[in-house]
Amino acid sequence: MDSDSTAIAYSTSGLTKVYGEGSAAVHALRGVDLKIPEGELVVLLGASGSGKSTLLNILGGLDQPTAGEVLFFGQNLSRMDDGDLTLYRREHIGFVFQFYNLMPSLTARENVELVTEIADSPLTAEAALALVGLSERIDHFPAQLSGGEQQRVAIARAVAKQPRVLFCDEPTGALDSTSGRQVMAVLEQVNQMLGTTVVIITHAATIAGMADRVIHFADGQIREIGLNSEKCSAQDLVW
Amino acid sequence: MKGQAVAIALVIAVGVLMLVMMNGLVRSLEDTRTAYYERHRLAKVFAPLQRAPQSLLTRAAEIEGVTVVTGRVTGSALINLPGQRLPLSAQAVSLPDQGEARLNDIYLTSGRRPDPAHEDEIILLQDFAKAHGLRPGDPLSATMHGARRTFRIVGLAQAPEFLYSAAPGEFVPDDARFAVIWMSQSALAAVYDMKGAFNQLLLGIAADSSLPAILDRVDNLLQPYGGLGAYGLADHVSNRFIEEEINGLRVSSRTVPPVFLAVAAFLLNIVISRMIRAERSQIGLLKAFGYRDIEITLHYLKFVAVIAVGGALLGCFLGVLSGRSLAQVYQSYYKFPFLLFQIDPLTFLVGILVSILAAAAGGVLVLKSVFRLTPAVAMEPPTPADYSRSLLLASFLKRWLDQPGRMVARRLLRQPGRAAGGVVGIAAGMSLAVAMLNVMSAFDQTLELSFNLIDRSDLSVSFVEPLSDKVVFELQSIDGVIEVEALRTVAVRFSNGQHRYRGAIIGLPVNARLNRALDDRQQMIPMRTEGVVLGTALADVLRVKTGDILDVDVREGRQPQLQIPVTGVAETLIGAPAYMALDSLNRVLREPGRVSGAYLRIDSAKQAAIYHRIKALPSIAGVSLKQDAREAFQKLIDSSAGAVRYLMAAIAGVITFGIVYNSARIAFAERARDLASLRVIGFTRGEAAFVLLAELGIITLLALPLGGLLGYFLVFAISEGFSTDLYRVSAVFVPQSYGIAALAVIVAALLSGWLVKRDIDRIDLVSALKVRE
Repeated sequence: MDSDSTAIAYSTSGLTKVYGEGSAAVHALRGVDLKIPEGELVVLLGASGSGKSTLLNILGGLDQPTAGEVLFFGQNLSRMDDGDLTLYRREHIGFVFQFYNLMPSLTARENVELVTEIADSPLTAEAALALVGLSERIDHFPAQLSGGEQQRVAIARAVAKQPRVLFCDEPTGALDSTSGRQVMAVLEQVNQMLGTTVVIITHAATIAGMADRVIHFADGQIREIGLNSEKCSAQDLVW
Repeated sequence: MKGQAVAIALVIAVGVLMLVMMNGLVRSLEDTRTAYYERHRLAKVFAPLQRAPQSLLTRAAEIEGVTVVTGRVTGSALINLPGQRLPLSAQAVSLPDQGEARLNDIYLTSGRRPDPAHEDEIILLQDFAKAHGLRPGDPLSATMHGARRTFRIVGLAQAPEFLYSAAPGEFVPDDARFAVIWMSQSALAAVYDMKGAFNQLLLGIAADSSLPAILDRVDNLLQPYGGLGAYGLADHVSNRFIEEEINGLRVSSRTVPPVFLAVAAFLLNIVISRMIRAERSQIGLLKAFGYRDIEITLHYLKFVAVIAVGGALLGCFLGVLSGRSLAQVYQSYYKFPFLLFQIDPLTFLVGILVSILAAAAGGVLVLKSVFRLTPAVAMEPPTPADYSRSLLLASFLKRWLDQPGRMVARRLLRQPGRAAGGVVGIAAGMSLAVAMLNVMSAFDQTLELSFNLIDRSDLSVSFVEPLSDKVVFELQSIDGVIEVEALRTVAVRFSNGQHRYRGAIIGLPVNARLNRALDDRQQMIPMRTEGVVLGTALADVLRVKTGDILDVDVREGRQPQLQIPVTGVAETLIGAPAYMALDSLNRVLREPGRVSGAYLRIDSAKQAAIYHRIKALPSIAGVSLKQDAREAFQKLIDSSAGAVRYLMAAIAGVITFGIVYNSARIAFAERARDLASLRVIGFTRGEAAFVLLAELGIITLLALPLGGLLGYFLVFAISEGFSTDLYRVSAVFVPQSYGIAALAVIVAALLSGWLVKRDIDRIDLVSALKVRE
């Protein structure tokens, strides 16, 4: 995919994040310059502490950079206050985390409706859950679902608002290989069918095979960006 | 966690504070009283009489069970102090010419005992002297037996029989308006014309003797000498008042601290169980390393113990401090020469142990459930809480609530016990506040009723002995006296079979205006002819009802034994009185036209001249200005009883806030992750906070009516606990108290909500989501 002919979802320049001060300061990001074109499936690879989660949090509007700026379709995120960032997440962003973070007191359908109630033009909860293959389990509570199913509900919840970007932080980290493959297939489907930009953080290097763009992180900096001319399907991933 | 641990420790501290303070006060008062009585040999039997020769004492000593006998002279006196508008009431009491009194000795605080060779030497009650700046060496003018005399103060003293000393006809002690004058036996006998005689018999009795038998023997012995009825120490007015104070404290000490400790245990239980659940993977890890269950249990118990012991120690410390300061209030109020605040070390131990046990009980239960898991399972993330049973309400919830609303509803429904615990806890705090506010109002209401509704006079006078009702005209004739109303009180012993009561019949004019008998609806109690109307409390003690005939032994004058029909039983506002129409009373006594006192309404512009005239009247035993009595009552409310009720109100506030705040903190800790998820999804701070604060709001709102209801019953319980046959504390309900208590709860909830909302706003979204439960 050529980044010159498509819109740029994210563009960062000199993005820096420092936690703490003085001798205790930890440089999580050291001047990251990056462009993510709309509609791509991007995989961020790197060791623990390499800065990839920090980048995802800043792009997702969960955190602010210490220096540098982030543009989301030309809009400067680094100048937004908490209220604007909340609105930004509400309207444009979906999140999937390693530990699902479903509301235990709501059924699968209600967990999705939590989002559709506050979104502008959402999918129906039924459609979102059908997309992740959980039509049969729609009225089950999280406690009645397996880990893989819970993660798929989390994905359904994230995509139901039809976000422009879906961020996934270790989405298969707590799952076995079968469930993991199912989850990756759903993410692939979301990317292809809805055209959602998907950014995935993972330790599993094999997942990189299904990405348009693979970004290698180390010591708070981008070491390498690879473009896959030949993507494999999620079903073909070897765990 | 720190703030929460402190809040729980504070609730424990308050419970232990109350336990230590109240138990300590009960014990200190009892011990001090016992020691004081023993040290100064307070008599066990008191027998007033008209006059008997000293030789009778040997016969009294022969009564079985009697160990010590003393006959002394007592009489009423009026003290004329320069600058005082009116004479002040006093009681004159004799001391043996030589040595200490064998019974009812004094505690000489300064100066010396009177020398029988100098008949003008007296010892004065210390607190009266202090109130008027009198010292040994000062002169004192007093009217005794109708003659005005000048004495010289040689010493100041206190005495165990005057721990509680109120002027005749008044409820409340006032140091400045009641005095006791001690004189040598020979000097006082000379004044009251009692040479070689006595008019009060005091007895010490053996511990295993039968008091009723001795009282009967004494009554028989004194019958020919105008015996007015012997009574035991338990019926002695001063002792009785202090006994009731101790009983009231004992009631509180057994009911209030357990409530606080139970609430603290409940809170600790929730916090500990939450902490252990959060750490179950660490527990799994420890078990995987080979730690035994007991070792892990001890680890958590240490945490519990730190909070419990910390709170309990703080409570012990504060309990001793507040106990000491209250002891000082009691000491001055009851005129103890000393009152050491003592605590049974067992109380500390009980306080600390109960705190630890209450706190540990919660932790151990949760640990047990964790220990049931294998280490491998324990280290897995827990499955989400199961809400599937709440599906029953699905259609209802769906129709009426959005998702955040459903979250609130399902959470409340999933653990109804816990929600109920929160509701009950807050309600308990509120009920305490309601009760305390009502008790405060009860005092104010009593004051208002006594001095505005019942007594509408400006001053009252009492006579040394019943006088002809001509005295009413004499008083009426004083320039400036607007209205005079006579009354007659007669000391009697009521009996109905084995049920007996020493009291008085109050004879009032049928259409009394200045001093009225009112029932609990503030209506005049109608006086019917030839019968007595009893207060409910008195009727209960005597087990009589309207239409019954009551045996009445009159304890003065000719001492007739009468049978008087009960013509009514009325719920009275204050005390346990027995009323008769004045004319009827005099008729059954066969003493027509006699009065023992009068109420006066006067023109305040002519007050000085009126006082001057009254001061000059002979046969006046006492004059009481309503204003003075009212001020004394107000002072009482503001000092001793007042101190306690303000303390209780403050404590009610602490506990209410403690519970509300802790509930909010616990809910927040449990839901931080959910709240963070909501924020990440795009919920605003307010929308996310709703999920938590709505729960708090619902619990608080449910607690309000329950708190009101519990408060209602608590008021009854308190008034029952403090009521005695002598004094009925009416349960007063003031609507405002519910409003104020509810407002306090709401303010506590809002404040807690605000504190927690700040934390919600500060949630670190990233770390909250990354950490697994």
